[in-house]
Amino acid sequence: MNFEAVAAKAEKHDASAPPAPPKMAIKDLDFFYGKFQGLKDINLDIAERRVTAFIGPSGCGKSTLLRTLNRMYSLYPGQRAVGEIMFNGANILDPGTDLNMLRARVGMVFQKPTPFPMSIYDNIAFGVRLYENLSQRQMDERVEWALVKAAMWQEAKDKLKQSGMALSGGQQQRLCIARAVAVKPEVLLLDEPTSALDPISTAKIEELISELKADYTIAIVTHNMQQAARVSDFTAYMYLGELIEFSATDEIFIKPKRKETEDYITGRFG
Amino acid sequence: MNEHTSKQFDVEMEGIRSGVLLMGGLVETQISRAIAALESPDVDLIDAVATDELAINQMQVDLDQQCSQIIAKRQPTAIDLRMVLTVVKVVNELERIGDEIKKIAYKAQQMQRPERLSSVRFHEIIRAAKLAEVNLQLALDAFARLDVKAAAQVISDDEAIDAAFLAILRQLISYMMEDPRTITPALEIVFIAKSIERIGDHAKNIAENVVHVVKGKDVRHATAEQIRAEVAE
Repeated sequence: MNFEAVAAKAEKHDASAPPAPPKMAIKDLDFFYGKFQGLKDINLDIAERRVTAFIGPSGCGKSTLLRTLNRMYSLYPGQRAVGEIMFNGANILDPGTDLNMLRARVGMVFQKPTPFPMSIYDNIAFGVRLYENLSQRQMDERVEWALVKAAMWQEAKDKLKQSGMALSGGQQQRLCIARAVAVKPEVLLLDEPTSALDPISTAKIEELISELKADYTIAIVTHNMQQAARVSDFTAYMYLGELIEFSATDEIFIKPKRKETEDYITGRFG
Repeated sequence: MNEHTSKQFDVEMEGIRSGVLLMGGLVETQISRAIAALESPDVDLIDAVATDELAINQMQVDLDQQCSQIIAKRQPTAIDLRMVLTVVKVVNELERIGDEIKKIAYKAQQMQRPERLSSVRFHEIIRAAKLAEVNLQLALDAFARLDVKAAAQVISDDEAIDAAFLAILRQLISYMMEDPRTITPALEIVFIAKSIERIGDHAKNIAENVVHVVKGKDVRHATAEQIRAEVAE
């Protein structure tokens, strides 16, 4: 391949504008914990059916940003977001947003596995019952479908009535992903989904992420930079509440544009 | 460039970088011995070139091993990744230069026999070898200082070595046509000239790798002009 072709390819790869249309478009977003400003003027598009990773040191605002995407912060008094997050044609920050519907469409999985103290089957059926009225047979199918999606079906099919709490950490986390997937969201938010897991469970979750992105838009916060490099299509580097660099993952880990990004990803930080 | 949070990582990166410079220094010594052997053949010099080559081979193996260790332990990214990959490639180039220099020295030994020397002169060969020597030094300097301007210079200057090779070839062809008895020594000189031309190419490859480390652009198949433009940015 000649030089021009390589340069043209690199140009095309430039991800300052991810492939249109974005699933979520964040514009001029500020976020406040009381008087403290946690996010400053964030502008970012979350590309549809792609994985977008947020990386940065502790306290940089990456989890805060993730939590604005389904307004998880609204559960806490004194926290507020200003700006715009367009999702399916509406600004989810508007006061009139139906938060239950929003969270059904924008699901979330947390750092520590959080199965409900009930059976594997009910863990998954619980959320579905809130939004849909399914027959027993339909519900059985949905539970199986979600467990298959989360690569859990083979392990769980013979113990659906057993407690979700009795599973291993990695299985619990995949159960939580199955629970999030079961209500058929459009976007999945993953907040350090593997930081409490062993390497094999981590690899399974990463494999799962690459399979899920065929159907879902995924945003992931991770402290593990190699994980961001492995699973994501786009990477946002954040520091002190600001978005420092947002690029195609292939570029950011080979030749980032900003020195701050390079210092962080090469371990020259602090 | 700032230091890594992990000081041991810095030590390991500095280890491969200085290893390349050490290896490059040995290759420089080796090439100057080979040129001296061309000028005035001396068995000791030729033996020394052969010994250098063995040491260079061992350095290649050791540095490759160190690079593998860094990749396995540190999963380097961005400039660190480009540096480790470049060291692997530069070490390979240096090892091949060592091979070419050894070939030159052996040929110089064969050329000692007076009946062969009488027909063809070495003057042009030595000039070309010195061009290659200077370009190799400049390439190693460019690597040591991560100096893309010097790297671009190496890439441009390689054209002079290629031109010298072609001139030698033309000259030898005319000798051979005039007097077929010169064919055997002339062919030996062709091999020497080809080795010199290859050394120039390897030096150029080192320089292209320097541009890759600094700029993150792969310029291996770019023209000298495109590289100059890239470096000027």
